[in-house]
Amino acid sequence: MIPPGGFLILSLILFVFGVIAFFVKKDFLTMFMAVEIMLNAANLAFLALSKWRGFPLDGQVIVFFIMTVAAAEAVVGLAIIRLVYRRRKTVRAGDWHRLKG
Amino acid sequence: MAIFLFVVLSFFTVASVTAMIVSRNQAHNALLLVFAFSCLGGVFGLLDAPFVAVAQIIVYAGAIMVLFLFAIMMFGSGANSPLEKMPAVVAAAVVLSVILLIELSAAFRAVLRPPGSFTGAASDPAELGDLLFTKYLYPFELTSALIIAGLVGAVVLGKKKGEE
Repeated sequence: MIPPGGFLILSLILFVFGVIAFFVKKDFLTMFMAVEIMLNAANLAFLALSKWRGFPLDGQVIVFFIMTVAAAEAVVGLAIIRLVYRRRKTVRAGDWHRLKG
Repeated sequence: MAIFLFVVLSFFTVASVTAMIVSRNQAHNALLLVFAFSCLGGVFGLLDAPFVAVAQIIVYAGAIMVLFLFAIMMFGSGANSPLEKMPAVVAAAVVLSVILLIELSAAFRAVLRPPGSFTGAASDPAELGDLLFTKYLYPFELTSALIIAGLVGAVVLGKKKGEE
């Protein structure tokens, strides 16, 4: 039997790697993918902890909602990236500095 | 057997995420993440959540990452672009992540204070559906409103300027 800590450690590693990827990557598409990694790590922690605490189904419903929100977020975010790409002709974060203000 | 499967699946997940951090090709990144999310679906299956495991593979590996692939085809930079973030940014990222790692592991250790093991049988997708339409009915309806808002927003944002 796998101990609950194993799943939590995996989720921890995934979340931290997602944060690193978000900071290190320089184009918006890949930074978005890093956000998806973090959401998946949270999903794993939800599933493991809810099963360990004895409400497995509640955790699964939450994960279901998180997936839906992630899908909606990806759609709107990619639409925004495409909109700015049409003006700037680039998806690199450093080239979008004029967005501020 | 379950332990072996867990170790193999988590190794592949972490390895492909690491490769995604190192790689600079956007299409490779997306494909590596498809693989990582599929392996993570297997881990969800090991947690006795068959519905979520299948949804993970269909929604994440199948739909969201393919959407990213389409976006990369449309406006990805294509060729391997040189890394241009300053080393200072990377160093700051590593320092921040180490701090985050320490904090989160302390939190998890506190959560797992009486170190127990998993109990209970595998959950039935039918019970999940029951719960979704009774206890979580309002969040479910809100989710549908959110999806409609996302859909309309994407259409409005994707429209060319001046088109009415």
